[in-house]
This record gives sequence, C-alpha cells and structure tokens, in this order.
Amino acid sequence: MFNKSLKSLLAAVFSVFLLVISNSAFAEGDSAKTKKFDAAEVIFGHVLDNHEYHFTSYKGDDGEEHAVSIPLPIILYSPQKGFTAFMSSRFEEGKAVYGGYKLEDGGIVAVNESGEPDATVKVYDLSITRNVVQMLIGLTILTWLMLSIAASYKKGLGVKSAPKGKQGLIEPVITFIRDEVAKPNLGNKYQKYLPYLLTTFFFILICNIFGLIPGTANVTGNIAFTVVLGIISFVVILFSTNKHFWGHIFNPPGVPGFVKPILILVEFLGVFIKPFALIIRLFANMVAGHIIIICLISLIFIFGEMNAVAGWGASPIAIGFTVFIYFIEVLVAFLQAYIFTNLTAVFIGAAFEGGHDHEGETVHV
Amino acid sequence: MEAVANAGGAIGAGLAAIGAGIGIGQIGKGAVESIARQPEAVNDIRANMILAAALVEGAALFGIIVGFLAMVLK
Repeated sequence: MFNKSLKSLLAAVFSVFLLVISNSAFAEGDSAKTKKFDAAEVIFGHVLDNHEYHFTSYKGDDGEEHAVSIPLPIILYSPQKGFTAFMSSRFEEGKAVYGGYKLEDGGIVAVNESGEPDATVKVYDLSITRNVVQMLIGLTILTWLMLSIAASYKKGLGVKSAPKGKQGLIEPVITFIRDEVAKPNLGNKYQKYLPYLLTTFFFILICNIFGLIPGTANVTGNIAFTVVLGIISFVVILFSTNKHFWGHIFNPPGVPGFVKPILILVEFLGVFIKPFALIIRLFANMVAGHIIIICLISLIFIFGEMNAVAGWGASPIAIGFTVFIYFIEVLVAFLQAYIFTNLTAVFIGAAFEGGHDHEGETVHV
Repeated sequence: MEAVANAGGAIGAGLAAIGAGIGIGQIGKGAVESIARQPEAVNDIRANMILAAALVEGAALFGIIVGFLAMVLK
C-alpha cells in the first residue's frame, strides 16, 4: 500500500518537474508575447549546435530580454586577422559586434568598421561549442569510470567473486557485447576487435544519454559527429579485409559474364554505402527523437497562442506524450549504440570471412 | 515552387515511413511466430530481428533524408 502511494507520488513529482523544466526551456515562446511563437526556430535552436548552453530568458527590470545561459569560448581563425579567442557572452545574444566578428544565423562572420558583414574575410570557426563541451564531459566521465573499474579488477576485486560497485554496472554490458556482438560475428578473432567495439558502444551510449538530459546538446544528432564515427568504422573495416573479400567484389564467382559489370559496380558501391548507412542511421534516429519531443512541447505554445484555455488543455496531453516518447528515446539511446556496434561487427566479420568452404566461420555460441 | 518541393519531401518521407512500417511489421511478425514455435531460440531470434529491423530502418531513413533535402535545398 505504502509502495503504491510512493509510486504515484514519484510520478506526480516527476511530472511537475518535467512541466517546470519544459516551461522554463520554452519560456522564450511564452514571455515574448509580442512576437509569434516560431516552432521551427525553437526546434532547430534545440537540435543544432550552438555557441552557448541556453536555458531560458527572462524580461529584466529594464524591459530588455536577458538570457540565462552558460557562455562558451569562441576560437576563430582567419588568414587576415589570425587567431582570436573570447567568450560567446561578448556577442550578447547576437546583438553585439566584438573584435570585428558578429554572430549571424548559421555562423560567425567578419564585419568591417561600419558593422556590415565582410565577405572577403574567410573565417574558420574552431570554437568549443556545446557539442564539443558535452562530448568532452562524456569522454571524461567514461575514462574515469573505465579506468577506476580497470584498477579495481587489477587489484583482484571482482575477478573470481561477483562484481562490486561500479563493476556491477559495466560488467554485464561488456559481457553482453562480447557474447552477443563480438563472438557471433567475429569468431575467434573477436579479442582483436573487442576494444574498438566496446569503445564505440560506450561512447555512443554516453553521448546519447547525455543528449537526453533537458537543456543539453544533441551530440549524436550532429552529422559531423556520426560521420567521424562512421569513417573510423570504415577504416577498421577496410583494414580487416582479405583478398577473398575483394575477390568477391571485383570478380564475383559463379556469375554470368554479362551481369558481372553491374554486379561489380553494385558490390563496390556497397563498400561505401555500409558505413554511410551507419552514419545516417545514428544521426537520423537521434535527430528524429529530439525533434519529436520538442514538437510535442511546442504544441502547448501553439495552442496557447490561440487562447489560454486551449494552451492549458493541451499541456497534459502534450506532457503525457512527451514522457512516453522520452522513455522510448531512452530505449533508442541503448538500441542505436547496440545497432551501431553490432553492424560494425557484422561488416568487419564479412570483411575477413573465408570462402564458401566456411573455414573462417565459427561456432555460434 | 517551394510548396511543391515541400509537398514532395513530405510525401516522400511518408512513403518511406509506410515502407519501413510494413517491413518492420513483417520482421516482428516473423520473429514472434518463430519465438512461439521455438521459445528456446529467443535470444538468437531477437538479435537477428533487431539487426534486420535496423537494416530496413536504414533504407527508410535514406528516403526521409532525401525528402528533407528536397525541402531544404533550393
């Protein structure tokens, strides 16, 4: 009985918490009564990379809008002006010009004395954006977690006994990747690839999960991030190929001569399409999830613009759907990390697999 | 012209979603049937089901990305 009431209390507290978070995150649509709520702007503002962590904005005593945000360092290089570094708060929400640079939609541009954008100056933006910050935070936590666990294993803790503490969190996942991903796909060579697979899995997972915390950046939903992961996988796949693999691509056995040119083309393109599919899958899944959540929240403000009753009426429905989608997204965070790792393992396995005599194939455990 | 591009992108994304829905539905159906027939093989079946679903979904996402590009690129 007590358990049940505790559960419903927790649910209520959680909903209120979410309501508060989502309200504050979208206060820009709420407080700016004069300008219309632009759903597309809000959505892309949350999904895309940014030079600051923007939480909310409020109307100060002077009647101006002030942002509650964490500014991040901006590092610029241009051949004419050389390196420049300053905090993004200098831009004051894109209103100010600082050091001959201005924040415009879609990037930083150089300006001349009169404040007009100067297209002749090429600017290379090397800033520590919020995606970079979040990736570094994720990496730090991951490194600390893994090193501390490795140290405790070295001391003999949890080697012959049951895993203890943090080991209990990570060990089942590692054994899952080893037994369900690496061994069935890579056979007896699995130990060579296991470090790479585990690193990819945990890195994608921690970036996915950090991206789900309200107010944070969408790291895995950034195409540049997934492209780099895909290229690394591509290189690993290429380095594991053997002559059998290339033989099947450039001289497919048992195929009539006139089909061969078509098949060679298809097979050769397949080499590049595989990592491309990895890239697009992770990117599109994470972006889609984030956009759905923000769309549902935006519904409140779209209805709220009609009148207050419609806004309040839409809120519980929108929040309910948001929580539902949010839990699905937690599942997707794990699933996409697993799928990326699993498909990488499958492609690596296909790259060094033997011929039709199945000598390279191993027993499925 | 932009309206046509937007409509084309949206319809294309919708068609891709239909295709993926049918495909993943078939995979789920097959997986559930085989688990009912052979409950001891549930782990192998689940792993293969997720793999196949991921491949189907990848094809659908290509369609959605192309639809998105049709809307965005002028």
